Amino acid sequence: MSKELIRLVNCSMAFDGELVLDNMNLYFNDSEFLTLLGPSGCGKTTTLRIIGGFITPTSGEVLFDGVRMNDIPPHLRQVNTVFQRYALFPHLNVFENVAFGLRIGRTEEKEVNGKKKKVKVRIPQDEIRQRVLEMLEVVSLKGFENRRITELSGGQQQRVAIARALVNRPKVLLLDEPLGALDLRLRKDMQSELKRIQQQMGITFIYVTHDQEEALAMSDTIVVMDQGKIQQIGTPEDIYNEPKNAFVADFIGESNILDGIMHEDYVVEFFNRKFKCLDKGFAPMEPVDVVIRPEDIDIVPMEKGQLRGTVTSVTFKGVHYDTIVDFKGFKWLIQTTDYHPVGETIGIILNPDDIHIMHKSQYSGMFGDYSSYSEEYEEMDDVTMLDEEEEDGPREDGHEE
Amino acid sequence: MKNKRSLFAVPYIVWMAFLVVIPIIIMVVYAFTTGATDGSLGAFTLDNFTSMGSYTVVFTRSFKLALIATAVCLLIGYPISYMIAKEGPRFQRVAMVLIMLPMWINFLLRTYSWMSILENNGLLNQIFRSIGLIDLYNSIAIHFAADPSAYQPITYFQMMGTSGAVVLGMVYNYLPFMILPIYSVIVKLDHSLVEAAHDLGANNLCVFRKVIFPLSLPGVLSGITMVFVPSVSTFAISRLLGGGNQMLLGDLIELQFTGGAYNPHLGAAIAMVMMVIVVVCMWVMNHFGEGEEQAVML
Ligand SMILES: Nc1ncnc2c1ncn2[C@@H]1O[C@H](COP(=O)(O)OP(=O)(O)O)[C@@H](O)[C@H]1O
Ligand SMILES: [Mg+2]
Repeated sequence: MSKELIRLVNCSMAFDGELVLDNMNLYFNDSEFLTLLGPSGCGKTTTLRIIGGFITPTSGEVLFDGVRMNDIPPHLRQVNTVFQRYALFPHLNVFENVAFGLRIGRTEEKEVNGKKKKVKVRIPQDEIRQRVLEMLEVVSLKGFENRRITELSGGQQQRVAIARALVNRPKVLLLDEPLGALDLRLRKDMQSELKRIQQQMGITFIYVTHDQEEALAMSDTIVVMDQGKIQQIGTPEDIYNEPKNAFVADFIGESNILDGIMHEDYVVEFFNRKFKCLDKGFAPMEPVDVVIRPEDIDIVPMEKGQLRGTVTSVTFKGVHYDTIVDFKGFKWLIQTTDYHPVGETIGIILNPDDIHIMHKSQYSGMFGDYSSYSEEYEEMDDVTMLDEEEEDGPREDGHEE
Repeated sequence: MKNKRSLFAVPYIVWMAFLVVIPIIIMVVYAFTTGATDGSLGAFTLDNFTSMGSYTVVFTRSFKLALIATAVCLLIGYPISYMIAKEGPRFQRVAMVLIMLPMWINFLLRTYSWMSILENNGLLNQIFRSIGLIDLYNSIAIHFAADPSAYQPITYFQMMGTSGAVVLGMVYNYLPFMILPIYSVIVKLDHSLVEAAHDLGANNLCVFRKVIFPLSLPGVLSGITMVFVPSVSTFAISRLLGGGNQMLLGDLIELQFTGGAYNPHLGAAIAMVMMVIVVVCMWVMNHFGEGEEQAVML
């Protein structure tokens, strides 16, 4: 059972009357890799700065181990931060940068002759040396002790920043887009490096990024944020497979998002057809958003498809082709390994587990760029039933089962 | 590319040659030669340097007062710079204008006005008199006098002609040169470094000691240079506020060129020695600072 370390209770933050964080409720567990994921400006850094103690929330509480910490300054908090642009001390070498926190020592409450006193605890020189060297080894920077900061590459500076924070043995490490300034290759290396370090040290990482791939690859828990609000909390698999609303579906991976109507449990209607799905618990005839991931769609010969469409563009992406298919004016993105030339009419099959249903939200209709409304839709017939024949034109197959 | 760049450097090189290098050469030549009446170059001599011994007291006084003035400027200027840099942008702009404002007024005028403030019957003494400070001094001093009956009560504090007045004049005139470089370094300091230090457990004092101060050293060094160099070579301040009792190197040199003791060769020699000492001082200081940060240029 993992222990809860930090909790934000109804935290709001406003700058000049503008609400940046809107009633955040969030807790962080011991030894967890938690990622705050969201577009730029959604309040990720602000959340991190509240936890680090650099700003105080306008309302709400910050609890560490159940104790209110709102007004405790950063230097008295047991968290350390890896800053977005490293913030290494340019006047100190690598060793002294890492040793910075250790040389300061901590003030601790101690009983001296029965009285409580604040005592400055200094760490002995040889222990400092040993811990710094140990930590430099953890971040693979052994032998760099005497280098100047300016003599290091971006990736090396990044490691120094991590070592400088971790050497203080914080319970929680805050990382604000730590890989943002690195090139793709280095970023991938550092991702697994960070994950390794987190597991090796067994501490909590609160990681901020706007890169969904990074979040999916590294996290135990992802918190998706937008406009100062939490949109969804869950494991990477949850977030990807069961997005809560159109924003999450669109932000995490690519999605075709359609308007649909939930007829009853396990039956959804879109495109004037009923499809079987695995979702339940919606009100009868509730309007919903339907998410279909581009890679889940199977292309079949047109006569075998449940729906038929025309390929309007094909882009080679290495592993697959991004195929845009027009279904009577709705453009879907389909990712396949097979090449289908522009102009070809194809059919598709949607299995129940390829269809994901979400409640309508403020984000409905804003995403799913590949489907665009067309007048043809209005002219289409009324709802056809599951096992009924075609909407228009001859079609032999195309049944749900 | 390279040719183009050297082309742009031509005006600068010409400027340097005419206004810096050639005058220095003339100075050195003068310093090592005797006077010749017909305007031609005199014979080589070291007399100008050996005869300088009698002016040791002026040398030490000059460096001492300049050093004190620089230290006072630093002690006043650093906190001021620091506080201004911490304020909002509007306050900063106003503060900078206020600090620069006196520099727009003629240097001599500023120094003359200090004379009328410090004089025996000047503004300060009038204030002291009206608040009873001078009477208070007399009533205390009479108890300490060897022969109280013979005690002559004072009617003013002697401020003009003291070394204190000269230092005051230097501090007043050169303080902006200390504040500006320190301020501009602190204001540019990356705030995330301060936050990083806090994050690593440093309280405000510790952040200042371990981060802000070391990183502001380049500004401090150029501030020291910019105050010390003009202080050590000033002549008007000492003559006006020192009342002839506080002759400095600048006055001494001026005398050799314009005064009755007309001897440009000696003047050139003194100027050369002063320059060498200053350059050595600055060099030592910059190298001392290099361990902390990149050296500042003179
Ligand atoms: N100190 C501040 N003063 C005013 N507005 C701020 C301040 N810090 C952040 N903001 C605003 O808060 C919003 C969220 O910022 P931030 O938390 O940095 O977003 P993110 O890190 O997710 O990109 C932005 O609109 C930003 O302009
Ligand atoms: Mg940010």
